[in-house]
Amino acid sequence: MSEYILEMKDICKSFPGVKALDHVSLQLKPGHVHSLMGENGAGKSTLMKCLFGIYKKDEGQIIYNGEEVTITDPFDALNKGIAMVHQELMPIRERSIAENIYCGRYPTKSYGPVKVIDHKKMYEDTQKLLDDLGLNFKATDKLGTLSTSQMQLVEICKAISANAKIIILDEPTSSLTQKEVDKLFEIVKQLTSRGCGVIYISHKMDEILKISDEVTIMRDGQYIGTWPAKGLTTDFIIAKEVGRELTDLYPPKVNTPGETVFEVKDFTSILDNSFKDCSFSVKRGEIYGVAGLVGAQRTELMEAIYGLRGKVSGTVTFDGKQLDIKCPEDAIKNGIALITEDRRARGIFGVLSITDNVAVASLNDYLKYRIMLDHKAINEVVDRSIGELSIKTPSPKEQIKNLSGGNQQKVIISRWLAKEPDVLIMDEPTRGIDVGAKYEIYSIIGRLAKEGKTIIVVSSEMPELIGICDRIMVMCEGRITGVVEGKDMNQEKIMELSTKFRS
Amino acid sequence: MSEKTKNGKKFDIASFLVNNALIILIIASAIFVGLQNPRFFSMANIKNLLANTSVRMVIALGISGVLIMRNNDLSAGRQVGLAGCICATLLQRMDYSGKVYPNMEPMNMWLVCILVMIGFALTIGLINGLVVSKLHVPAFIGSYGMQTIVYGIALIYTGAQPIGGLIPEYTNWAAGSFLNIQLIPNLAVVTAVVMVVMWFLYNHTPYGKKMYAIGGNPDAAEVSGINTTRMTIASYMIAASLFALAGFMLGAKAGGTSSNLANGYELFAIAGCTIGGVSVNGGTGKVSGILMGVLVFEILKIEMTFLGIDTAWTYIVQGIVIVVAIALDIRKYIAKR
Repeated sequence: MSEYILEMKDICKSFPGVKALDHVSLQLKPGHVHSLMGENGAGKSTLMKCLFGIYKKDEGQIIYNGEEVTITDPFDALNKGIAMVHQELMPIRERSIAENIYCGRYPTKSYGPVKVIDHKKMYEDTQKLLDDLGLNFKATDKLGTLSTSQMQLVEICKAISANAKIIILDEPTSSLTQKEVDKLFEIVKQLTSRGCGVIYISHKMDEILKISDEVTIMRDGQYIGTWPAKGLTTDFIIAKEVGRELTDLYPPKVNTPGETVFEVKDFTSILDNSFKDCSFSVKRGEIYGVAGLVGAQRTELMEAIYGLRGKVSGTVTFDGKQLDIKCPEDAIKNGIALITEDRRARGIFGVLSITDNVAVASLNDYLKYRIMLDHKAINEVVDRSIGELSIKTPSPKEQIKNLSGGNQQKVIISRWLAKEPDVLIMDEPTRGIDVGAKYEIYSIIGRLAKEGKTIIVVSSEMPELIGICDRIMVMCEGRITGVVEGKDMNQEKIMELSTKFRS
Repeated sequence: MSEKTKNGKKFDIASFLVNNALIILIIASAIFVGLQNPRFFSMANIKNLLANTSVRMVIALGISGVLIMRNNDLSAGRQVGLAGCICATLLQRMDYSGKVYPNMEPMNMWLVCILVMIGFALTIGLINGLVVSKLHVPAFIGSYGMQTIVYGIALIYTGAQPIGGLIPEYTNWAAGSFLNIQLIPNLAVVTAVVMVVMWFLYNHTPYGKKMYAIGGNPDAAEVSGINTTRMTIASYMIAASLFALAGFMLGAKAGGTSSNLANGYELFAIAGCTIGGVSVNGGTGKVSGILMGVLVFEILKIEMTFLGIDTAWTYIVQGIVIVVAIALDIRKYIAKR
């Protein structure tokens, strides 16, 4: 038997319009923590999904315990001893912690020929597991009563309870506080001491350097290399991740903020655990960042401003005029546009063409004879957008779902530019986009700000905000905990404000 | 597969066959049946086919807008039936003994048609739309409730009695041909006008683009400033007015109506739409495709009659066609992994 518990060799995977994985390899030793690094869109999650049976690889081999295996689906992966804690949780909120942990493989007992679920054993085992890991929940608690970070810990328990030999942690700390991260690291050490192999995906350099034994770096779906974690530096990793000098990560600043024009006052959600008493103001031509951990309610606040979510109080003024916004239609009429966080679910119309995707928000602006669409005018706008934002597509008639993430995002930006908004709110504008396209999006943001538009960028990637914003507002647990600018715009300060109300 | 040919790569005979399977199948089967029984290609039969298809097509067009927006309307058939009954009661001969309104002169048939269309849009259509969009009742359930309500109303309105004695002007119109061209029934002319109007609405107005957008992704449509509530209500109102028109046409064609008129027609309309490319996942569907889907169904029915297949078997075949067509449609949308 080889020294590796898992070897992935020359894995390839394509999606329409993108080669997501191009001959990627990974080797994991038992008892080791192997970190997988790369920018968003580098293919880390795709690789792991191929391992976990969510995607089928196009080419390549997976050798597990010295034998080549084919993993057909997640259930098969779990049976083989491979568990994955997903970046996006899939909780069943209305059921207990124990039922979530044992979902699909409930312990059973037999009454003669009849098999029933052994609830007693399930709850006892779960409680023991929770206690062992030092988590202070009851096995009978409904999962929905926990916070996002607590759910993430439960998800990790699930992986452990499956007696997995390999555990994949996909950005497990994105919504955890420092204390919870320490807890997680203890758990990971317990696992490795039992001989488990852990594949750890994260963007946080300090964590990676602290916990890993080896580091594999990927970029744009390609395998860059594997190094022992000892002796690696942050600069080295970043240089490998982006594949060029650090200086070109962000375009030079071109905008100069003017006077304050956009003011949001006293926004409080109709929900108890959402945003509260939020007030802030943004200048003309300013790029205003909004930082915070997952669950800080940034998206919720932005969507409430845009009229998508309910609020008990709150006013929006632009240029001294109070705006009455009850639904997105009102927001758009008042010159506010929102690019949503989840591009696939709430941004693109997958089956429609690029043309339709661009024109959808401004159909009533292109009419002739009062009721008829002026297709010629629309096509001109679309052609101009494709040129200006360099959208890569065979034709404007192409269905948008066949484009890469970056090009889809550019189409959505074009949709709003056609409306010429005064205020453009962008929620995670570069999520799941490759490095090159990110740079282009930053340039577009800068150009728009230079033209005098007010831009609000919500992002979970602190370096990105620091790289492009004039000021950054930080939120924690639904409240605004501070606004940083100048030399205060650094990760330590933002992190401190992001965790202000967390223990 | 269609992309290959679009991108100008070499013409692929296999993909051509797959993409046009429906038309090819229908033509082939029609030739087969025609060889068995030459009367299949007779003038009378083709005219009959067109007349049948005309009514069904109007119902299918009505329901298509609702389907494209990912909703449904199970009350369609009953609406057609009630509209047919109302039209009939207003167009009975004075000398007919069982006249529902004995002292009322029959009204102008076109006025009746327009009043019923407007009336249905403002009552049943509006209520359906409000229930689905404002009360958030799933369309399947909401429109099913409406189905039984409308049936109840039809029973009360007609006293559960058939309504006959229609004025000849009305029934002769339905039996007649356009400019005396034997092949083109008057009913088909109405349907052709409706098709042009709907094609224009779907392809050349903001309403149409918004409709496809909502069907493609309702959440994204809302973010894009489309008032989904208003659009949903509009789709049900347009549907109701077309069901009313279909009722008017069907009453004239049948020469008499009853509360059971057009019972279950919504399922044929939904099936026709789906076979014709209106995706059950919303967002796609063309007027030409819907015509194809409805035609396939009608031709299939007539073919089976001509082959002398027992009615019981025709139901079984129709059911299989519906399931297979939708299974094929769904295949396109199941995420490839």
